[in-house]
Amino acid sequence: MIQRNWRGATRLLMPVMFGVTAIAFVSAADQTPSRPAAQKAGTGTPAAAALVKRGEYLVKNHGCTDCHTPQKMGANGPEPDQARYLSGHPADLKLPPPPKAEGPWIVSADASGTAWSGPWGISYTANLTPDPETGLGSWTEQQFIEALRTGRHQGRGRQILPPMPWQPFGTMTDADLKAVFAYLHSITPVKNKVPDPVIAEPGK
Amino acid sequence: MRATVSALAVAAAIAAIPARTLSIGTLPPRLQDTGLYADWQSKTIASRNLPYSPQYPLWSDGAGKTRWLSIPRGKWIDASNPERWIFPVGTRLWKEFAFNGHRVETRFIERSAQGWLFATYQWNEDETDAPLAPEFGVARSAEIRPGVRHSIPSRTDCLACHAASDARVLGINTLQLSADRDPNAPHAEPVPEGGVSLQALVERGLLRGLPPRYLRVPPRIDARTPTARAALGYLNTNCGICHTSTGQLASLGFSLRYSLGLPVSASPAAVLTGVGRPSHFQVPGAKVRLAPGNPDASVLVARISSRNPVTQMPPLGTHLVDDDAVRLIRKWITDDLPAVQLAADKHTKETKR
Repeated sequence: MIQRNWRGATRLLMPVMFGVTAIAFVSAADQTPSRPAAQKAGTGTPAAAALVKRGEYLVKNHGCTDCHTPQKMGANGPEPDQARYLSGHPADLKLPPPPKAEGPWIVSADASGTAWSGPWGISYTANLTPDPETGLGSWTEQQFIEALRTGRHQGRGRQILPPMPWQPFGTMTDADLKAVFAYLHSITPVKNKVPDPVIAEPGK
Repeated sequence: MRATVSALAVAAAIAAIPARTLSIGTLPPRLQDTGLYADWQSKTIASRNLPYSPQYPLWSDGAGKTRWLSIPRGKWIDASNPERWIFPVGTRLWKEFAFNGHRVETRFIERSAQGWLFATYQWNEDETDAPLAPEFGVARSAEIRPGVRHSIPSRTDCLACHAASDARVLGINTLQLSADRDPNAPHAEPVPEGGVSLQALVERGLLRGLPPRYLRVPPRIDARTPTARAALGYLNTNCGICHTSTGQLASLGFSLRYSLGLPVSASPAAVLTGVGRPSHFQVPGAKVRLAPGNPDASVLVARISSRNPVTQMPPLGTHLVDDDAVRLIRKWITDDLPAVQLAADKHTKETKR
């Protein structure tokens, strides 16, 4: 019988996750990748363009790309794979089993930064692009906002697993979350079906 | 100190709830203060609180559940739209959960002047006190059976169901309080002593505007077979809260809500949006939501048969598979859906001619 509540685990791990992210992706932070949204922002009304612009700003400075854009090795070390911008864990990236957690070291991530292992099992970062089949294309704005408010898929499905720090993001205003959603719907869709998470068996 | 903690919990809870569904209000810090009991020591229920029992109960891991409704004096429920009752300000509802004969929690809903309030109160072991439960719930509460413990929901989890559509009250509606109760409903409960039906609410002046036909002929699910009736009723209660054609998950295009007044010959939404429809979530060997004649190829069956947190449906409120319901749904898919599919195919062919 699997019986878990990962909300507590996420809260517990959040400082850890932020720390790991900051260290692992310090080189990535220097990257200033081109954004398809910048091209699309001018195509709508001025209000819509401003919303997308605001969303782009929030997505950039909240570190969404750190986990949701796969890292690849470049000349200067790991860098975001712009062809897969915000498309989550690559479906074609097959990984061996994660290392066994020992002592206080309970969380590990793969080199792409899109697969995470911990006491909850293995989670893969989601495809945030507007692809209708594999990304957020079929999500409504309300589902997106409620997902970040409740920590549940589309606001009322399965729990969103660590290390996704939905709790602090859920404190953002409706206006900001709408902007984030507008931006995510403006970027180039990438077809990439992220694997389902693997839930750890009790005692393992 | 304890009162301070409770007050903080209330404040945090209200702050955490989206303004769209709730607004500022105050929740009593203890169940004793909600108006449920006339006498706390003897646990005597106040006479104005009316017991009720929905004909299709929600599966809650076998919990013993007791429910009460309170409508303020001089007020009534507006049932002009039989699919969407409007409850007056001041409406209160309670649902008590017990496992192994012991009270565990009592959930509380109130429609205040500012909006709907949702809370749950956690009983202590000797059932002498029931303070407001923590905002994030209690992941491992009372033992249901060895190795499995009940979870008291977080405040946001209340809204996962109660804000999934326009309906904030889920167990009281035209179908659930019909006197024509389904004897095959999984875990059907007897009507409690003094339990109210549609007729009783109307006679008390607490329900107005209900189209008279529902009093002349108590509503029921007009299905082709008793199995289909029970299956559609179960899905309506346990899945149709979120899976509707109008609620927050309407974009999924999968409705398990049963609409009143459908003739026997009509296909209910569960069939129209489920049979043969590809499922976004797939499991080995199952690609469609409902595969007539083949429950093992139906994703719906795989999901209600699982309690893996990623796979399970419903996604919250239960840690144990409802075996009776799985048997019922499998039988419906095996025995009833092939005929439904044939009829639909025939209709399609005739329409094309």
